[in-house]
Amino acid sequence: MQSENGKYAIETKNLSIFYGAFEAVKDVDLQIEKQKITAIIGPSGCGKSTLLRAFNRMNDFVVTSHVKGEILMHGTNLYGRGIDPVEVRRRIGMVFQKPNPFPKSIYENIAWGARINGFKGDMDELVEASLRGAALWDEVKDKLKESAYALSGGQQQRLCIARTIAIQPEIILMDEPASALDPISTLRIEELMQELKKNYTIIIVTHNMQQAARVSDYTAMMMLYEDTRSGTVIEFDATNRIFTNPKDKRTEDYVTGRFG
Amino acid sequence: MKEEALKIKTVDVKSFRQVDLKKKTRVGESLIQILLFMAGVLSIFTTIAIVYELGKEAMLFFGDPDVTLVKFFTMTRWQPGIGQYGIAALVSATLTTSFIAILIALPLGLASAVYLSEYASPKARGVLKPVLEILAGIPTVVYGYFALLFVTPILKTIFEDRIQVYNMLSAGLVMGIMILPLIASMSEDALSAVPRALREGAYAMGATRLETSLQIVVPAALSGIGAAVIVGVSRAVGETMIVAVAAGAGPNFSFNPLDAAETMTGHIARISGGDLSYNTIDYTSLFAIALMLFLVTLVLNLISQWIVNRFREKYE
Repeated sequence: MQSENGKYAIETKNLSIFYGAFEAVKDVDLQIEKQKITAIIGPSGCGKSTLLRAFNRMNDFVVTSHVKGEILMHGTNLYGRGIDPVEVRRRIGMVFQKPNPFPKSIYENIAWGARINGFKGDMDELVEASLRGAALWDEVKDKLKESAYALSGGQQQRLCIARTIAIQPEIILMDEPASALDPISTLRIEELMQELKKNYTIIIVTHNMQQAARVSDYTAMMMLYEDTRSGTVIEFDATNRIFTNPKDKRTEDYVTGRFG
Repeated sequence: MKEEALKIKTVDVKSFRQVDLKKKTRVGESLIQILLFMAGVLSIFTTIAIVYELGKEAMLFFGDPDVTLVKFFTMTRWQPGIGQYGIAALVSATLTTSFIAILIALPLGLASAVYLSEYASPKARGVLKPVLEILAGIPTVVYGYFALLFVTPILKTIFEDRIQVYNMLSAGLVMGIMILPLIASMSEDALSAVPRALREGAYAMGATRLETSLQIVVPAALSGIGAAVIVGVSRAVGETMIVAVAAGAGPNFSFNPLDAAETMTGHIARISGGDLSYNTIDYTSLFAIALMLFLVTLVLNLISQWIVNRFREKYE
């Protein structure tokens, strides 16, 4: 256990996620390595986002949802008794599919999260460091007081990344972070991810196979059980092996585009 | 798959109307356009007609050599029959009762709206919203007697001799209860319209429900909440029955909620109910009050609008 703690940022053990009686995700065992990018790929509706949202307990907002099994972070089960989901989300940040900056100034977008999390230091410094960390500083430094909605989609998404790293999480979850962006903005986000993994562990859900191959170190392939319609991870391995020499025939069909 | 594709191909092009690029007259389109235009014109015309009628009669009042705008705005007694033209005696009561009403209805209405939209389970919302809307359906005369016969006696036990039987506090409080459902319901609509993505963004930052509600959702919904307040204020300023029954039956320049005083609307209702002869100063003075009422509502609307534009946080 101790040695694992050193290597892995987060692990799932026999994790199943339910919406009411429906088992959306079944029996997932994943070990997410620290300071690496892990991609979750698979066809639509196979439970990729549901799995991702289990890590920071965003599924809690769906009243009927519940989990079986464990998600362990430093040996602590995030779904254990007495665990505060608010604190979980503070340590596991999230970037969404569509950029969702707050309807506040660029500066406030970053300062708000820091403030509610009790940040006492120099706010100007934190804002600048976060914007630099998200490769956005040079583009916005002269208009920090302007609304975040004045930015382009790609800039908004980098602002969302900036506000996430401002509160210093350990893990950043990304739910198709570039699917609403043009190719150039997508490239910038991907480059940024390579920078970010020096300090953070990243888990990304993506529909874009090339993106998974380009950016990730590990890939988890998800697929539906035909009979129960539950999603599960059918193969989890280093990304280059998943894309060049997968063990599972279904993975091969999917990554080579022969699927469906 | 292939069979289906073939089937689609067999549909005969001749089954459709012949394509003809020439311009055609579409009677239905023109007709509906005229009808919709008429509907718009009608509502604008009604407003103009009301303002015209008010203005015309009010001009007769201001045309009286004894009445001056200076007297109208600076005197503190209202009794046109004996040369007292101080509208302030009526405006003070309207402002006091409306202010008390908003003081009650805004925080409570907003709190209920936040509860309904951010905290309540779908089940609780399913029960509470209809109840709230029933509250909005109670006739105002019932509210008036509720104020006079239920609220005032309670206030009597608190303030004892300092409060009069007819008083602005009781009327204002009950008026607040009356507009509460309106403000709650409209604000709830505005809060619910804030995209879910914004809430998720806040929660993902480690925000609590309260922080998300008050610091992200409410500011984003401020324009809708502002609209609710504008409608609420207008209802309060224009409300007649509650103040006529419970606030008092005589103009009194006072901002003390414990005093009896008559609002602009209450005064119009009482005076016009009696035997009032045409073209007397008492008669034309009513139109001057109504015009003033119009003006007060307009000014309050402009102020609310300004506040909303100043503080709202625009998404999109």
